Amino acid sequence: MPTAPCGRAGRSGGDDLPGNAPPAVVLDQITVCLGGQMVLRDVSLVITAGAITAVVGRSGVGKTTLIRTLNGLVRPCSGTAQVAGIGTLDGAEAWRAHRRRTATVFQDHALIGRLSAIDNVLLGLADQRHPLSLLPWPRALRQRAAMALDSVGLLARANAPVGKLSGGERQRVGLARALVRDPDLLLADEPFASVDPALVGQLSHDFRAAVRQCGLTVVIVLHQLDTALAIADRIVGLVDGRVAFNGTPCAFDSAARGRVFHNLRALSPLLKDMP
Amino acid sequence: MNFAADRADAVVSVLADGSRRAVHGYAGFVAAALAIAVAFAYADAFNLVRYRDALPTILVLLGDSLPPDFSRWQSWGRPLAETLAMSICGTVLAAAAAAPLGALAAQGSGFPVVSHAARLVLNTLRSIPDLVWGIMFVAAVGFGPLPGLLALACHSTGMLGKFYAEIIEHVDTAPGEALRSHGVSRLAVLRFSVLPQILPRVVDVTLYRWEHNVRAATVLGVIGAGGIGLQLITAFHLFAYREAMALILVLLGLVTLINVLGAWLRARFLA
Repeated sequence: MPTAPCGRAGRSGGDDLPGNAPPAVVLDQITVCLGGQMVLRDVSLVITAGAITAVVGRSGVGKTTLIRTLNGLVRPCSGTAQVAGIGTLDGAEAWRAHRRRTATVFQDHALIGRLSAIDNVLLGLADQRHPLSLLPWPRALRQRAAMALDSVGLLARANAPVGKLSGGERQRVGLARALVRDPDLLLADEPFASVDPALVGQLSHDFRAAVRQCGLTVVIVLHQLDTALAIADRIVGLVDGRVAFNGTPCAFDSAARGRVFHNLRALSPLLKDMP
Repeated sequence: MNFAADRADAVVSVLADGSRRAVHGYAGFVAAALAIAVAFAYADAFNLVRYRDALPTILVLLGDSLPPDFSRWQSWGRPLAETLAMSICGTVLAAAAAAPLGALAAQGSGFPVVSHAARLVLNTLRSIPDLVWGIMFVAAVGFGPLPGLLALACHSTGMLGKFYAEIIEHVDTAPGEALRSHGVSRLAVLRFSVLPQILPRVVDVTLYRWEHNVRAATVLGVIGAGGIGLQLITAFHLFAYREAMALILVLLGLVTLINVLGAWLRARFLA
């Protein structure tokens, strides 16, 4: 990561977990219903500012819905969300302010294949342009997009169509599109899902370095438990839409894993080797 | 043993279901073949007596129209330009009107009532043939290329709007969701996510429609909408088949040129 992807200084203390860091987001008894089914049930959670919170759990337990609740793509049917500096997210203005400070990295990256890498990164700044403007992207925004690509080591591929990039390179473009917004809260939904397993270690290391450098608050959904343990300051385990574990990676012992991944434990040889 | 018997029953049931589907498939094929045969019979296509003089007549007509007579070529420039102008303006107007109508008509655009209304407008526009639109506009604005381009615009709006709506419905929604999660408006999602994705297909169907409109503009000349079609129908009326053949060759050249230009534009946008 050659340069700081965001336009501000990183948190002092580098890789340390913030001791008494204030909460960035507080979820209080959030319940989400989708298609008549309850996907999240009474989820109460404190997302610590400046920390990386990894959300883990089996498929279909509501991990993606939690991310979509945090970025407003899904509205809860009950419960409240409070964000530091904004207050309760209860109106259009509060949501607008929250979304301005939030960016999301999506599973499968959600990029437009025929557009170049830099044009995809510019989409992260779409809220700063009038949708009917026929003018080209302003130079200042293009410069920010180029710097974001540089920060993920992809400046040399800036003008290549995303459809011709590898899975790892697309993942970096998705990350650059999020970082170019200079967010306070970065949400990521399985960002390494479609990446070659051999590359996940390096990419997750780069990811941690990039967000650390900016001092971002991160909520990341991961299905690779070893990756979650390697990069997270805090682990949140979901079971059937409820929080079954919320603590540090060290506290996520075999009993806790058993609770979160109960049925999978017997099936996964990877999990058996873990302490 | 009971378990094994249950599995065997399940396998038999799956195979029976497959056989039933195959029988339904064959029955559907036979029914379709019958319907097609009835349609041919209804159109008198099996009446072989009708074909008795067909080939000699066509050969006589072909003989009468060769060699092509290009002697009046100097008077074809303006009608040819009129036909081209009609096709270009009709297509551009149609594309401009079809873009918002298609976006509104697309399922999932967010407003079901508006979507149904837009679909109704598009259905109405394209269910009226361009010849009928042409007759209406000749009566409304007089002879010449203007009624022709208005007629092409109306009918093509109905066609292009339907195509645009279908293209929009097949767009990948993930990049748009990414934008929505950043708080951008519905209009901005359309502009920054949907438009870049649909552009190649939109260019493709619009160019195809332009090619179609060149031929349609020729036919519109018959009802007084000007252009090379008027020259062609006049030549036929005067039994000047050699001149008619020359005009057909000129039209063929024009359509081929437009196809080449269309292929070049497609290659640019689809790359």
